[in-house]
Amino acid sequence: MDEREHIIEVKDMVKKFGSFTANDHLTFHVEKGEIFGFLGANGAGKTTAMRILCGLSYPTSGEIHVAGHDVYRERERIKRKIGYMSQKFSLYEDLTVSENIHLYAGIYGLRKKQIAAREDQLLERLGLTHVRNRLIREVPLGWKQKLAFSVAIFHQPAIVFLDEPTGGVDPITRRQFWEMIHDATEEGITVFVTTHYMDEAEYCDRVSIMVDGRIDALDTPAALKQQYESVNMNEVFLKLARS
Amino acid sequence: MSLIIDQVDLSFGALQALKQVDFEVKDGELFGLIGPDGAGKSSLFRIMASLLIPDKGRCLMHGHDVVKDYRELRKIIGYMPGRFSLYMDLSVEENLAFYARVFGTNVKENYELIRDVYEQIAPFKKRLAGKLSGGMKQKLALSCALIHRPEVLILDEPTTGVDAVSRREFWDMLKKIQNEGITIVVSTPYMDEAEMCDRVGLIQKGKLLEITDPSKPYENDQAQLFSLKSEKGIYAYLDRIRNMEGCKQAWLFGDQLHVTLHSEEDATRVKAALDGWGDSSLEWLKITPSVEDRFMGLISNSEAL
Repeated sequence: MDEREHIIEVKDMVKKFGSFTANDHLTFHVEKGEIFGFLGANGAGKTTAMRILCGLSYPTSGEIHVAGHDVYRERERIKRKIGYMSQKFSLYEDLTVSENIHLYAGIYGLRKKQIAAREDQLLERLGLTHVRNRLIREVPLGWKQKLAFSVAIFHQPAIVFLDEPTGGVDPITRRQFWEMIHDATEEGITVFVTTHYMDEAEYCDRVSIMVDGRIDALDTPAALKQQYESVNMNEVFLKLARS
Repeated sequence: MSLIIDQVDLSFGALQALKQVDFEVKDGELFGLIGPDGAGKSSLFRIMASLLIPDKGRCLMHGHDVVKDYRELRKIIGYMPGRFSLYMDLSVEENLAFYARVFGTNVKENYELIRDVYEQIAPFKKRLAGKLSGGMKQKLALSCALIHRPEVLILDEPTTGVDAVSRREFWDMLKKIQNEGITIVVSTPYMDEAEMCDRVGLIQKGKLLEITDPSKPYENDQAQLFSLKSEKGIYAYLDRIRNMEGCKQAWLFGDQLHVTLHSEEDATRVKAALDGWGDSSLEWLKITPSVEDRFMGLISNSEAL
């Protein structure tokens, strides 16, 4: 895995808000095509770091490259190469399924012809062709989340950032969602994901765990379980975040 | 019985939010209602708290009808809605004092009951509630819901969006409150929290699917449920297993696959096939279903959406 391209490279990243250090000298990388789990307790500094990586906020210091671009000087280029989805905000409730696809695809600069062709394909694959003209608010949550993910990768970004994407959905839909994530990596998309479901940490290729602004652990789930003598990732997380 | 829900129906226009929901909660019990968003959990809790009137059926709490006797009922319940009803422009201690007075008591009288929870936020008692972190708001909301020593505590998704450590701490607090003799009804979308409850009701699309005691193995359980583990990673095996004859369903489950087969004969055949896969690290074990397995068995694939 060492020879794989580093699609995200973070060296000594610091972010301060006044006297508070939200990200305390983070150093890590994400490999192209992997599923990278970004875990941590509430308030550990995950959202702050993710905003920087998405080009939404500047770090205080450090050297950070996302998809080959510098987070200080090339934020607009970064934004064009990434996708983003969260549970809290994903699709516009008062637009239809189809309108949402066109809106997002348009924002990412896809042409009308491209959009139309891919839209048909996408709806077919998700089995949502019959609801394409329904308002998003009338679509069940499970479908909505799957659609939101598909829209986030519609422009075939290098990296997709998923912020607690499966909150509140039923256990089967949650698993189908993770199968979609796996499929996306097979198309070469890198996945950067946060979650509070510790079984989902097991589905990641590598996992980092943040505690108080620092990354206290980073490895494959199997290696972390061995290192912390735990039967599952929940135990690993409890041991690290509680200490 | 602390709580009797008797054939409750509720609709919002064309949407049937609750369909003949029927169950009871015993005195002093910690009862969990588990299901995804949109299952009807919050609607049911609003009925229990006398904030919604059911279309059909009855709901009784300590003998008080939630519709006719709502004034009596509101004195004996503590209700913590999913979106905490705190006054963001009041300080921590002002919020607590306010709730105590609304219920005709004062903070001192029942302080022992909330001591464990409240002391964690007491250092910030002068801070406005709006300036607290999510975890601290949760603790303040719980203190406010408890300050009049209710007989029944109703908590609507108190741990949603909360990290695994804080969730564990929250459940430890609930156990202590239960030990004070308070009946607790709590909802959650996290299946792994089921084991913290005395009994759980599984709910999906307004229907109560099953009530179960997570500490006991399921009676009359016919399920042929197996786990598959491999050092090579199991995702690659998912489709292969699903395409095997006799496989009813197979899903990712932490670092394993959980596979449900149709019959015992299938089990023998699948085991033989696995031996031929040439992966010596494969572990295939018959297992007893967890609450999450059970839930997935109850909702079919199409219903999941």
